Amino acid sequence: MTVTEAPVAIRGSNPPVRRGRGTFRSRVLVPYAMLAPGIILFVAFMAAPIVYTLFLSFQKTKVSGLGLGSGARSTVFAGIDNYVTTLTNTEFGASVGRVLVYGFILIPLMLGLALLFALLLDSRRTRAAGFSRTAIFLPYAVPAVISSLLWGFLYLPAVSPFYFVFDKLGWDVPSLLSSGGVTFAIANIALWGGVGFNMIVMYTSLKSVPSDIYEAAKLDGASEIQIALRIKIPIIAPAIVMTALFSMVATLQVFAEPTTLRPLTNSLSTSWSPLMLVYRDAFTRDDIYSAAATSIVIALVTFAFSFLFLRVVQKRAFGQED
Amino acid sequence: MRTSIRVGAVAMATAAALLMSGCSANTGGGDDGPVKLNYWAWAPNLEKVVDLWNAENPDIQVTVQKQDGGDPAITKLLTAIKAGSGAPDLIQAEYQKIPTLVSSDALADLSEYGAGDIEDSFADGVWDSVTLGSDAIYAIPQDSGPMMFFYRADIFEQLGLTVPTTWDEYAEVARAVHAADPAKYLGTFSSNDAGWFTGMAQQAGASWWGIDGEAWSVDIAETPTETVAGYWGGLVEEGVIDNKPMYTPEWNAGLNNGEQVGWLSAVWAPGVLGGNAADTAGLWKAAPMPQWDVDAPATGNWGGSSTAVTTQSEHQEAATKFATWLNTDAEAVQALVNTSGIYPADAAQAEAALTAPPEFFSNQPDFYEVAAKVADTVSPFTYGPNVNVAYSAYNDEFAKAADAKTQSAFLEAVAAMQKITTDDMKKSGFTVE
Repeated sequence: MTVTEAPVAIRGSNPPVRRGRGTFRSRVLVPYAMLAPGIILFVAFMAAPIVYTLFLSFQKTKVSGLGLGSGARSTVFAGIDNYVTTLTNTEFGASVGRVLVYGFILIPLMLGLALLFALLLDSRRTRAAGFSRTAIFLPYAVPAVISSLLWGFLYLPAVSPFYFVFDKLGWDVPSLLSSGGVTFAIANIALWGGVGFNMIVMYTSLKSVPSDIYEAAKLDGASEIQIALRIKIPIIAPAIVMTALFSMVATLQVFAEPTTLRPLTNSLSTSWSPLMLVYRDAFTRDDIYSAAATSIVIALVTFAFSFLFLRVVQKRAFGQED
Repeated sequence: MRTSIRVGAVAMATAAALLMSGCSANTGGGDDGPVKLNYWAWAPNLEKVVDLWNAENPDIQVTVQKQDGGDPAITKLLTAIKAGSGAPDLIQAEYQKIPTLVSSDALADLSEYGAGDIEDSFADGVWDSVTLGSDAIYAIPQDSGPMMFFYRADIFEQLGLTVPTTWDEYAEVARAVHAADPAKYLGTFSSNDAGWFTGMAQQAGASWWGIDGEAWSVDIAETPTETVAGYWGGLVEEGVIDNKPMYTPEWNAGLNNGEQVGWLSAVWAPGVLGGNAADTAGLWKAAPMPQWDVDAPATGNWGGSSTAVTTQSEHQEAATKFATWLNTDAEAVQALVNTSGIYPADAAQAEAALTAPPEFFSNQPDFYEVAAKVADTVSPFTYGPNVNVAYSAYNDEFAKAADAKTQSAFLEAVAAMQKITTDDMKKSGFTVE
């Protein structure tokens, strides 16, 4: 977006008098030249793959007869076949349903905890704030695959220290990897890794609030809790909205955690989440074309979700800023 | 901005590296110099075996290009075939990948270079996998994984159990083991290992695909596979066989602490057991698989690979000569056994090369004699062009069944596999009966 705005801004905001020596070349071409690396990288690694994915999504493999030997396999135009297949695929619908449930469990918990920690760290009475902040943020630095492996070990009753303790206490705790608990098991890993990041975003936003607002509230007799609820939270609402949006997008794209846990349990299928379905179609079933169509559908749905969400909350969250 | 440039630069460097490695794969000898062959393989230390060939054959020089494993190498090969260049002359291909490769026109037919002469060196089941039941020969078998039954001899002795020779006896032993200690199981039904289940269906006489004239048949939901699935579903429903996947930390712990008393596996099991349950060395023994029909002993294959020549190779005859030497020459097979640790598909050479038992089974001097007898009874089995689809359907459908723990769910899983596999072939345009 900034790509197209930049030269316009220069032309509009700077009177030509001050740029008297500037020729057309320096006024128009120099900004573009400076933007070129960005534009080239965007086109090469963002736009081109998207266009290619679109192109692939309208094709399919056509085999004739036994499909053995040369010339038995060709690529043909498929029209909207791949899209029809994706949209009528019950596995796809089920995977979307599963990540919605997963999102409903994860997002409120994650943002609620992040907000609570951010407010606690921002409170004046907190001790060892630096240490706590680092400790809460640290799990975010652990890659999802590694944290899933760690948690996977903790979930397996035979090797988990938790279950060893439960066993000693005589409790019969069902495995979190069973079909009823696996969504919680995955949400827990994401929660562990995600709270810290969201906490930092909210905390940074809190730090930028001028402290005289709090002093004014104090003078009016507001308690710490009242300050938190009535002043801090409304002021950082834009940050909360932003973290919610990022979390929603991340939820729809969950992949690493269930993929890493899958070999450990019978309750995760190869199409548990939409992206796992794409991965399976492209690399296990060798059908890159329908995987491309599914990817496009996922991208559009994610976009629509984000847009709707912003429309709904924008007025409330950003209203005060205008 | 700075980071994005850095990321871009890394990406470009990676892309360039990929392009260069792609190009370098495409080399061919001129008419004058020695023939140069590239060989993509992942068997450990294979280059040392190839050195023996290179020393004796100055006019055909082979270079091994190490691959990450079976799946990535095949994906790379299919990409090269689509691109029209960049494929090696030779590739290590697992048996179940051969139909997929043939269907993409990636493998040369070696029958015109005399590969048919060595047919008698291999068991029928193995040879079938490289011919797909046709007159063509798409690869030379290298190693095989005849399935066997591995059990904890010490625990069997302690419980006074005898080694099961039929599946009925296996079920009885499973009940006895579990009754003696509810934490112990004779085995587990793993929804993660499609190759394992395929091997057991193969033993029962299944052949999931077939070529009938100009049409494919998909025969998963037939009596043999249904018998196997029903048998395991019954044991899981009864609770005497575990339903958790293999190759998990939990399973490893079970092998180590004696909760997993047996393992239906293949001849390469000593390596896995040695790595995952090192403390139990000398406590295991190997026996032939339990049988459906004792008068007609059979087994299936789990694992194993072959040496194939690609259609892009300019020296297919030389490549065939090398592949034949590698897998049937006494010196080569001995070197494969010693340095790569494989179980040769060539039965006669295997017997000559494998004299001492694997270290982990030092308590069983006749380990390889048992293995040789078993390897001779591998049933024929034809893989189809969409094994990948059938295998991923196995993972999903049998995971559901193992979770449900009912025999009927196991039978439904077989029906679902049949439907998914058939639908996929029809969708691609294969002629299916």
